[in-house]
This record gives sequence, structure tokens and C-alpha cells, in this order.
Amino acid sequence: MGFISFLLKRILGLVPTFFGITLISFFVMHLAPGEPMSLQADFNPKMTPEMRQRLRAQYGLDKPLYVQYAKWLKGLVHLDLGRSFSPDRRKVWDKISERLPVTILINFLSMLLILAVSIPLGVRAAVRENSLFDQVTTVLVFLAYAAPAFWVALLLMLLFGIEWNLLPVSGLHSLMGYDQMGLFEKVLDWSKHLILPVFVSAIGGLAGFSRYTRSSMLEVLRQDYITTARAKGLPERVVIYRHALRNALLPFITILGLSIPGLIGGSVIFESIFAIPGVGQLMWSAVMARDYPVLMGNLVIVAILTLLGNLLADVGYAAVDPRIRTGLQEQE
Amino acid sequence: MCRGSVSSFFQILFFLAFFIHFSQDCLAEEDIVKEERPVYGDAIVVGSIGDASNLIPMLATDATSHEIAGLIYNGLVKYDKDLNLVGDLAKSWEIKRGGKEIVFHLRKGVRWQDGVPFTSKDVLFGFKTITDPKTPTAYAGDFLEVEKAEAPDPYTFRVIYKEPFAPALSSWGDIVVLPEHLLKGKDITKSDLVRHPVGLGPFKFRLWKTQERIDLDANPDYFDGRPYLDRYIMRIIPDPATMFMELKAGGLDWMGLSPVQYKRQTNTPFFRKNFRKYRYLSFSYTYLGYNLRHPFFKDKRVRQAISYAIDKKEIIRGVLLGLGVVATGPYKPDAWFYNPNVKRYPYDPKRARRLLAEAGWKDIDGDGILDKDGIPFSFTVLTNQGNSLRDKTAQIIQYRLRQVGLEMKIRQLEWTAFINDFIDKRRFEAVILGWTLGQDPDIFDIWHSSKTGSKQLNFIGYENKEVDRLLVLGRRTFDREKRKEIYYRIQEILAEDQPYTFLYVPMALPIIHARFHGIKPAPAGISYNFIRWWVPKNEQKYIIP
Repeated sequence: MGFISFLLKRILGLVPTFFGITLISFFVMHLAPGEPMSLQADFNPKMTPEMRQRLRAQYGLDKPLYVQYAKWLKGLVHLDLGRSFSPDRRKVWDKISERLPVTILINFLSMLLILAVSIPLGVRAAVRENSLFDQVTTVLVFLAYAAPAFWVALLLMLLFGIEWNLLPVSGLHSLMGYDQMGLFEKVLDWSKHLILPVFVSAIGGLAGFSRYTRSSMLEVLRQDYITTARAKGLPERVVIYRHALRNALLPFITILGLSIPGLIGGSVIFESIFAIPGVGQLMWSAVMARDYPVLMGNLVIVAILTLLGNLLADVGYAAVDPRIRTGLQEQE
Repeated sequence: MCRGSVSSFFQILFFLAFFIHFSQDCLAEEDIVKEERPVYGDAIVVGSIGDASNLIPMLATDATSHEIAGLIYNGLVKYDKDLNLVGDLAKSWEIKRGGKEIVFHLRKGVRWQDGVPFTSKDVLFGFKTITDPKTPTAYAGDFLEVEKAEAPDPYTFRVIYKEPFAPALSSWGDIVVLPEHLLKGKDITKSDLVRHPVGLGPFKFRLWKTQERIDLDANPDYFDGRPYLDRYIMRIIPDPATMFMELKAGGLDWMGLSPVQYKRQTNTPFFRKNFRKYRYLSFSYTYLGYNLRHPFFKDKRVRQAISYAIDKKEIIRGVLLGLGVVATGPYKPDAWFYNPNVKRYPYDPKRARRLLAEAGWKDIDGDGILDKDGIPFSFTVLTNQGNSLRDKTAQIIQYRLRQVGLEMKIRQLEWTAFINDFIDKRRFEAVILGWTLGQDPDIFDIWHSSKTGSKQLNFIGYENKEVDRLLVLGRRTFDREKRKEIYYRIQEILAEDQPYTFLYVPMALPIIHARFHGIKPAPAGISYNFIRWWVPKNEQKYIIP
């Protein structure tokens, strides 16, 4: 009972936050110089002033800003994100949703890769604090963190794509014949194209997570209950992985919750380098073209996911950590 | 030709391998000797930095959309390889009443790609759509001078102008012909044709995967003959370095190179064997433009002095690695209206100093920078962010101007902010920018004194009565020789006035896989005869079912 009312309260609290986000973003966005027609109309000798005025009217830019916001909000309530201001005038949701699957897939896989590598790395580094292994991995993960993604990407393409000719250089599908492939071949084709992008987007994240695991682990290993466990004569493996790691990973719930919006936030740099049609490139070009509806559309999704991620982190924490759970009940 | 020597087993093997290889080469060469019997088949894969936005030509403003739409749609007229206007969908045309009336006679038996016959109604429909206030097009300006357009019969299209308008003829290109039967009564911005075009041209639309690729198939019923290539594939690769690697890995057949890639990175045996490089003057020039309202630049002598102080050949060597030519005016040197005999400004720092001294600029306080009335000659040049060629050009100019005692600072700005906050509000002293050139000499919008208002293109504020008069006259004159005289004179005046220091015309540097035959560079570039490119059977790479 207490838990449900806590949840309801939290969700209700999110609603004004959400509208506050959209309001501030909408007005800040319009502070940038230029208008959506700029790219089409500026420096175009065939563009007449009348035409410019007509375009402004068609986009509703001739109205005061608060009217524009009200109109946008009205659409949002009807779950309509409007149409893009770019020459294709497509529905914003169509433009974003056709790019979401591949962005989510890559971000999800790279998150998985980061966790799979960095947690064991962090644990080992903590258990053998200041050993050679600890020092070497520290240097390596920070090197990976510091290396610019585009540079690493280009080197890997050169090596795997051209020198060894093992993997495709860029893109998502084979140039010819993808449609005729069977399911297994399609999966294989996808995998070949995704190896480099996933790897490149993951290596930068290794440092953060492995260091975090290490420090969190170190803290836990100094606790009395670890000493107790060892004193009971439990094997070291059980002490580390059952007693220490489970507690050390608690803060990860928060981190994972906060990284949910990151799942749809593509990266312009590696999407451009690997020629992947993801959300990042769409947003970049929308910013450059002052395509307000597309920007707002993406913002709505990111805002919802961020708020949801926060909520899930709180709830998840309460669910796994008995201390917080009982704390809540005591407040009742 | 196919020779080898034999002495040991190993060498025999070696020789055999070579022999097989060589004999294939010999066959290929025999084929060529038999000469140029084009065959059908194969596909070409083209790299593009940006995706298309809208495949209805009148709604699109970006280069990629027009490149694709240009293969799908046709106009009444087009430019041939020497940049002469020739008939396309129009078999012929008559210019009557001193240029006020144009009558087009259309080809018969042409069909839209869905099988419906093409008639003059489609042209009239396109005209009505482009002039409809509801159509969000950037190209309506060309048709404002039209008084009346009509389609008296299915194969005649007549258009009457308020005044004779010489650039009019060329405006009846592929932008204005639309399939009436698919668009009538519909909102063109929401039409299915935006992403699935139906045209009359040599290629038919096949598929478009956003930000990934666009595929076109040869149109077997094209009125001018089916293209030899079966398929055209455009791959969208936003990063130039990746694009170059795709080229190397075999994933691309055709891309535009940067000067460094052209000169150095493709100068390897691999590229010499597998690719052919081409170069021709691009339809653009780069300039240093002055705000003529600014007290420094009001004086013609100052502008001329700066032009003498800049070594344009040095810029071409340093920035373009020699792949460009000096610009002497607002046209490229291989155009028929280019005047080669205008006043030139070779690198001459002494003369620059003399002109500046005449204009009253002297270094009084001895700090190395010229001053006049206590004001040092120090100004800022603006250019757009992310254009490394312009950035390097600015740095070379900065160095040369410092040597004659002028201080120039460089500031780079994001494009939209640059245009809206600086150019449109006239808040600049000098700029480095470029213009893309059309095939017609009309430059009214850039140089006429009526075009100095906000958002208009004569943003430097150039005013010259004679140029004004000639620009209007040039628009009213149809006779090519007379037009040539008019634009020759305009170039002379601009060269004397130096409202811009014209810097350079860069070269377009395409690279194309060596298996494609029939490519013949001309003043129009290389793609004018694209539908006649072909690949010999034994070299075909992609088999299209």
C-alpha cells in the first residue's frame, strides 16, 4: 500500500516537470539565430520576399511564440508531434521512429558489452588492488576513454575493412542481395556490419564503469560482513561474488536508470563515420536546419525516458535494497 | 604483347599465372580495338555526403535531391555538353514578338513511367503548381514575369511574358514538368511522389532507405533510348574519410575527391589501375567581398590595392594544390560569356602600397599598420565554419595583407547565424564566401542596386548605374552575340571597381571506376551523357536480375 502511493506520488510529480522541460526548451530553441527556411531560402537568388513570407505563414512562424507553443502543445495532447519543417514535410514521428530501432539496437548492444567487460575487470582490479593487473587495466581503459572515437573508428575500418578485408567499412546492409537473404544470412550480415560500430561506441564507456565497479567493490570489501564471511571460512569466490559484488552493484541501478534516455540518443560522430541512419544524425541536421518540430519531438521522447529512468532507478533501488524498503515503511 | 620466358618449374607456374592474366587483358584490349560497341548491364554506386530531402524537383533545394530527381524527371529544354540550350521534351520552339512569346512543340509518344501519355497539360499543370501561392517552392521567382501560359493542343505549349526575358527559356527545365494525373487536386507537400517519384526520365525510382541509399532502375521505355547501366545506386555516407575508404574497399564507384585525395592519396598503383580521375572547372567561385558602406572600403583604390596585395596563384597552390584557376570576374573561364581581357590584378605589393598611399593610408605611428586620421587599417573578415578551404584562404590573405600594412582578423561563424545576424544585418566589414554559377550569364540578383535590401543578395551594397542598365538590358536581349557584348562590358566594370576581390574557381575532381566506358569530359562536366556510360560484359561487377 505504502509502495503504491509512493509510486503514484512520484508519477504525478513528473507531469509538471515534463511540461516545464518542453516549455523551456521551446523558447530556448527559438533564441538561436535564423529560421527553418534559412537553409532553403538564404542566398537563393530565386527566393522572393513574398515567397519567404508565405513559407513563414505556412509554418506558423508569423504568429507570436506563445501561440506557436500552444499549438504545439495541443498537438502533443492528441499524441501528434506535427510535421517536419524540412522540405519533405514528413510526420515527425515517422522520421524519428524509422531511425529508432537501429539506434536502440546499437546502444543496447554496446551497453551490454560495456557491462560484460567492465564489471569483471573492475572486480579483479579491486580484489588485487595496486597489482600489475590493476595498473595495466587502469592505463588501458583510460587510453580507450581518451582516444577520439572517430580516430579509432577510422583505424579499425582501415585494418578490418581494407587491409584484412574481413568486415564491411560502413553501412548497415550488404550493397546487393540483402533482400534475397535467408534469416540466418541476414543476421550474419547485420552482425558483420555492427561489430565495429558497437565496439567503437563501447570502448569509451569501459573506463567509467570499470573504475566505478572497482571503487564500489573496494568499499564493500572493507566492510565487517566481508571479514565475517571470510572468518566463517567461506571460499574466496563466494565471498567476492555472492557477498561483495551483490552489494557493490547496488549503485549500478541508478546508473542504468539514468542511461535509459541514452539508449535513443544517438551519437552524431560515430553514426556519421559508419554511415548509420540513426537518431543522432537526424537531430544534428534538425539543429542545423532549425527544424523545430523534429527537435521538440525528440526532446519529448528523451524527456519521458529520462523521467521514467529516474523513476525506475528509485523503484528498482527500493525493490532490491531491503534497507530502503523498510525505511519507506517506517515513514508510513 | 603476351610474352614470357621459361626456365624452371617455378617460373613456369609463375608464367602460367601471368599468361592467364595477360590473355584476359589482351582480350579486353581487342574488345576495345573492335571499339566501343556498348552493351547493357551493371550498376554504378555513387557516394553522397547528404541524403535527399524531397524528390519533387520544385520542392527541393538541396543538391542531392536535384541530382536524383534530375535522373527521373525531364524538362522541355536542357543544356548540352557545351552548355547550349537544346530541346528535351520539346522537339523545337519558336521565340516570337521580340521574346515576349515562346511556343514549344513537344515530342509525341512520350509516356510517364506509369504508362500515361505526356502532354502539354502536364507542363501547364506544373506551371500552375509552381506559381500557386500554396506551393512551398523556391523557384517561383522565374515565373513571375509570365503573363499567360496555355496548352492549345496536347503537343503545343505557349507562354507569354510581360516583357522579353532572356533567362526565361532555361527556366522550362525539369523543375516545372509534373504528372497532372497523379497530382491534380492533391496537396503536393503531402503527395506520395515526394518519396516515390514518377517521371519521364532515363531512370525509374526503385527504393529509398532514409539516410542509407537510393536505388534507381533503367527506364526501358525512355524516349531518348534506354540507359546502358541497369541500375543507379546512391549511398549516403556523411563522412568524407569513410567515403574514401569505401571507394578503396570497392563499395563505391564514383565520388568527388578533395584536392589532397586527388593529388596524393589516389596517386598509388591501386588507384591508377582501378580508377580514372577527371577534372573540370566547377560551377562556382570564391571571393573576398567588402562591405562598400564601410569607410575603409568605399575607396576603389583601397579595394584595388588589396587585390594587388593578394597572391591568388599562391592561394591556388596552397589551398587547392593547383587544382583551380584564378577568377577574374563572376564567371568561370570556359563559359561562352567569359571575358578574358579584363583588368587583372597580379601579385604586386609595391603597387598595392602606392595605391594605399594615394588613398591617404600611411604608417604614421610606426607600428607596421597603416593609419589615416588616427585610425589604423584593421578589419575582420567573416567566413563560415567548417569550410577548411576558406579558412586556409583567409590565413594566406591575412599574411599577405600584413606585409602591406593592413591588419585582418579572421572570424568563423556557424552558417545560419552568419547569414542572419551578420550578412542580413550588414554587420560585417569583409567576408570570404563563394557563389555557385548558373549556365545563364544573368547575375541581376547579385549586382543590381535594387537588390541591396535585407535578405537580398547584393549585400555588399554595390551600386553602379551602368551595370544596372546593362543587367536589365542583358535580361531583355535574346541574341547571343549581343548578350555576350553586354556581359563582357559588365565584367570590365566589375574588374575595374573590384567590389569583390575575385579569388579562384576550384575544380570538380570526380573519380570513377575504370570499368565504365564512354565518359567524355566537356565544359558541362561529365554527367551530361551519363545514360551512355557502359561496362564491357566481362568487367561487369553487379548482375541485376
